[in-house]
Amino acid sequence: MSVHVGEAATAPDFKKAAHVLLGNTQIRANVRRATETIRNKRALVVGEMPDWEQLRDSAQQIKRRVLASLPGYLEQFEAACTAAGGQVHWARDADEANQIITGIIQSHKQTEIIKVKTMTSDETRLNVALEAAGITPWETDLADLIIQLGHDKPSHIVVPALHKNKSEIRQLFLEKMNLTELGDKPEDLAAAARTYLRERFLRVKVGFSGANFAVAETGSVCVVESEGNGRMCVTLPDVMITMLGIEKIIPSFNDLEVFLQLLPRSATGERMNPYNSIWTGVTPGDGPREFHVILLDNGRTKVLADPESRETLHCIRCAACLNTCPVYRQTGGHAYGSIYSGPIGAILTPQLQSMEHSQSLPYASSLCGACYEVCPVKINIPEILIHLRGKVVRNGDAPMGEGLGMKMAAFAMSDGSRLAGAQKLVQLGHTPLEAIGLPGWSTTRDLPSIPKQTFREWWNKR
Amino acid sequence: MLISLFVACYNDTLFPETGKAVVTVLERLGHTVEFRQAQTCCGQMHYNTGYRPEAIGIMKHFLEVFRDAEVICVPSASCVAMIRDHYPKMAAEAGLEAEVAAILPRVFEFTELLIDKLGVTDVGATYPHAVTVHTSCHSLRSLHIGDKPQRLLKAVKGLTLIELPNADQCCGFGGTFAIKNAEVSTAMLNEKMNAIAQTGAEICTAGDNSCLMHINGGLTRLDAPARCLHIAEILAQ
Ligand code: SF4
Repeated sequence: MSVHVGEAATAPDFKKAAHVLLGNTQIRANVRRATETIRNKRALVVGEMPDWEQLRDSAQQIKRRVLASLPGYLEQFEAACTAAGGQVHWARDADEANQIITGIIQSHKQTEIIKVKTMTSDETRLNVALEAAGITPWETDLADLIIQLGHDKPSHIVVPALHKNKSEIRQLFLEKMNLTELGDKPEDLAAAARTYLRERFLRVKVGFSGANFAVAETGSVCVVESEGNGRMCVTLPDVMITMLGIEKIIPSFNDLEVFLQLLPRSATGERMNPYNSIWTGVTPGDGPREFHVILLDNGRTKVLADPESRETLHCIRCAACLNTCPVYRQTGGHAYGSIYSGPIGAILTPQLQSMEHSQSLPYASSLCGACYEVCPVKINIPEILIHLRGKVVRNGDAPMGEGLGMKMAAFAMSDGSRLAGAQKLVQLGHTPLEAIGLPGWSTTRDLPSIPKQTFREWWNKR
Repeated sequence: MLISLFVACYNDTLFPETGKAVVTVLERLGHTVEFRQAQTCCGQMHYNTGYRPEAIGIMKHFLEVFRDAEVICVPSASCVAMIRDHYPKMAAEAGLEAEVAAILPRVFEFTELLIDKLGVTDVGATYPHAVTVHTSCHSLRSLHIGDKPQRLLKAVKGLTLIELPNADQCCGFGGTFAIKNAEVSTAMLNEKMNAIAQTGAEICTAGDNSCLMHINGGLTRLDAPARCLHIAEILAQ
């Protein structure tokens, strides 16, 4: 089995990537402006909910229940979806998922598909696999279209092109859509994209989507979005394919009540998404005639197996943790080397990949706790980051010298007299901390001068 | 009241004035302070960096040293957060649940101790300076300290309190984060320093010398006018 998460296995480590991005003032300004706007909108619509905390608790309970009996819920979903005329496929990893999807498209002798935003297809690098098989994927979500046209990478979970501003997008459209003129208002850009996409919506026979939720009880699939392009993708084509991570299951239709309140408010600061598409199998004479669901594992069962971090799978991909994260706000999403960026990316990517790559991600946080505070499903991200740091240490992958420094420090802290001894060394200028690598500190910050007397020395002479 | 001071290892070594100030304030209020010589550290650096077994060892030592202390005063919100949030989990692993449960209600961060336990807001200090408060992430999100520092500072004679914009933003310290990701940490620090500059305050205070060491290190490097000072050192004036 080969689990891969986009191109995370070959991405530079966080520190190196952050170094480059910190030098890009345009991206930083774009990210700051965009996250600030969404944060403020979110705060407003969350603040008006008297039962926000209860909703978060309910969501956490529902997700816990799902994860406690995931196989059962998945089978229930499969049975219900099949009974409604859908076809369910199980994919162990990215390659298997891509093969299944390519096979379905080829069996219909089609050479193009229309897609609406799916993170899992970025995870499996579906577009690359499709192109290799001679199939053209057309992204229809506006932001994904911008990414696709610019051969760019998504930098945000909800707003993939968040790092681009209006004038950059206008330039891109002018060039890639062969336009001679184009206004620079959001409406102008949306109109250009609409013209470009409409023709494809009407022509292409196979649609592809991700899913926000899949209901075990009814076999229904739910996609929420703002533009309506998703609605076209899931209704116009003859054949519809939906891929979702196995953790997207919720037990019953009623549970949507909780999540459809939490998700839009957390994600875009809207009370409700403009488009909520929920469909169940196939309905003769209405919408696609064939419906396939791919249930993707790609490392998720391993995450599930670890009780200390399994709540990572609660995530509903709202990106509230990104928008509030002071680290993300400095670097933007590209520093995380994965389609999953920000705090959730820092815990999800390394776990999906069995800690084999992305070792730097658990350290890409000051543990300030802002992510945990906003997370609508109450994932204790700082705690999981610490847990993953422990894994890095236990695997022997922590930087050389760090382990020794920590052992020395732990010895010093084992008793007051030993600490006093270590303090003497610090006073004499042999600070053991420098062995762990304080140089990074001193480039931009003065170290405090070492006092002549420690507190305990003062106390003893008192 | 007999108050046992857990000064915190880095205050002991790098910021002894903070410990002295705590002693001054508590004695001025008529309490007796003791300092148990065997004390060392709360284990936060080890825990947060992924060295859990070492952190458990340090926790055991803490529990031993302070087992029979009536009230433990800690002039470091992040150490209190470590004890409250993480000791219970480590205790389960080390079979020390009862010991940890018994000690938790007796551990107070310095401003918590003054307001919640001792019921004081006016500690009789005079400090004729313009001051702004940095709310450390641990005091904000773990201790839920609210406006306790502000209430104490408002009672200080001559002190002008100025609100810090975007006070809920992390300053970028984050323990080993400040070293492992020094550049991002510095970018975050720059925002914090800009916010401090906007207030025009002479002093930026907090209940954590860890953040303050980072912020002050940046301020002095840039020759900025403001300086950092632990809240105990203001209240001791
Ligand atoms: S971790 Fe929580 S806040 Fe972050 S994207 Fe997932 S659900 Fe949203």
